[in-house]
Amino acid sequence: MISIDLIQKTAETLMDKAAIEIPDDYLSGLKSAAKTEDGDLSSFVLQAMLENYQAAKEDRRAMCGDTGTPRWYVKMGNKTQIEGGPIALEAALRRATANATNGVPLRPNRVHPLWRTDHNNNVGIGAPEIEYGYEPGGEWIDLITVHKGGLFGTDYRMLFPSDGIQGIKRFYLDSLVAFGKRGLACQPAIIGIGLGGCKDTCMVLGKRAACLRVVGDRNPDPKIAALEDEFKELGNSIGMGAMGFVGKNMVIDCNIEVGYCHTGGMQMSVHAFCLSSRRAVARVHADGRVEYRTDPEWFTDYQRRDTIEWHPEMAAAE
Amino acid sequence: MKVREVRLSTTPTPEAIADLRLGDIVYLDGLLYTAREGVYMRALEEQANIPMELPSQSAANFHCSPAAAIREDGSFDMGAVTATASFRFAKWLPEWIAKTGAKLIIGKGGMSSRDYKEYFVPNGAVYLSTVGYGTGALLGRGIEKVEAVHWQDELGLAQAMWVIRCNRMGPFIVASDMEGNCLFERENAKIVQNLDRVYEGTRPAVLKRYGETDDRSDEVIG
Repeated sequence: MISIDLIQKTAETLMDKAAIEIPDDYLSGLKSAAKTEDGDLSSFVLQAMLENYQAAKEDRRAMCGDTGTPRWYVKMGNKTQIEGGPIALEAALRRATANATNGVPLRPNRVHPLWRTDHNNNVGIGAPEIEYGYEPGGEWIDLITVHKGGLFGTDYRMLFPSDGIQGIKRFYLDSLVAFGKRGLACQPAIIGIGLGGCKDTCMVLGKRAACLRVVGDRNPDPKIAALEDEFKELGNSIGMGAMGFVGKNMVIDCNIEVGYCHTGGMQMSVHAFCLSSRRAVARVHADGRVEYRTDPEWFTDYQRRDTIEWHPEMAAAE
Repeated sequence: MKVREVRLSTTPTPEAIADLRLGDIVYLDGLLYTAREGVYMRALEEQANIPMELPSQSAANFHCSPAAAIREDGSFDMGAVTATASFRFAKWLPEWIAKTGAKLIIGKGGMSSRDYKEYFVPNGAVYLSTVGYGTGALLGRGIEKVEAVHWQDELGLAQAMWVIRCNRMGPFIVASDMEGNCLFERENAKIVQNLDRVYEGTRPAVLKRYGETDDRSDEVIG
């Protein structure tokens, strides 16, 4: 049984970490980009961002004034039990979100879409989102918070099998260029692409590809992994850099996730996780241990399974 | 080419404005205030009295919602500040600039050269862009003091009018000049020359979107 107080306390720490500490994988990626960048203005921007991450950590202040829209991805082992059950868990995550909004402080971004009511705590109808995943073994809970920023850089399109890879490339370039101009997408970013599923799941796949996979990670399907490499290079060959200035770096990495779709279609979504790639993760064990990390490790063999039954021995044999 | 750094008052002289060049890096001293759609609607559409003396106290309008909280004792805790995209405010800006004498519009992404020529230049105003985006922690370090917050009950913390005393707050980038030139459009024009090569071999989608264009010099704003 995992203590609900420990979950709330851990969640509050995660809110703080996500807002303030740039994850190491993204930081390394941006440092590599800064080394290759030769556009005057885009170089200046990348250097300023590197200084900014340092200032945020030193001062313990949010790295960006737009602290995004906090959300939770929760993953549990098959044997995990939470004190008070799922209702208590959701209440604890909502409390942690509200407390940290005031405590860090974060920007109270969340408002009612029509009445613009602001509770000043990032909690409201459907906010924060809480999404769930499960794994076959274990008695732990993974708390993952992502505070994705930005109103730009995300798009969806219904493509068809006849559009092929060249159609996918076209929409990818359209999305990068449209939202890269003037730096609306806050690039260079981790770009997530969702392919297939239905319209909603396609968006979910692309968003998770951007937010729940780290720089350097590759899809286990070697052909998709090759596409990820190709798309990263393609994005960086546009000639556009940070803020839409002339430069070489738009894409810190490109992650692609797929889901089975309608036989007639080929849904595609593109998501840009901005220069402040806010994500933080903790695993809380039944014995009270808490381990912090920045890799969500969301996309496991189990999450990507394509069979009816789950046969762990199959995964072990691979 | 190395970038040029400039320190600028938030109540700048016409000479100081005229001296700014596209791409200059600016650090600000003095009072600035945040105002975006909430403030514009309240001041311009609902005709509420603006709770500051403008432009004598400040001629610098920041398109910003800070990551900030008001403590129980009434004090302010402002951590990071960055800008929000400005193009959405073109509806109110001409009237706002005329009414308040704003000389520095500070935000994200700039406006179009048409906006600059139509109502920035005639009012002696320029656009400063935040950097990144966004260098929230660096800009936060430039806050000497939060002087006041207005209309937080009516508009909420994110849309309220925050009055900030800055000390070498920056960096910002000069994104327009007194001829109405636009830094972002200048960069777009260079980049678009390369786009046909990058797109080579790709295919337009079989299902069109109504109103879609393949003109790659287009922008999604304005």
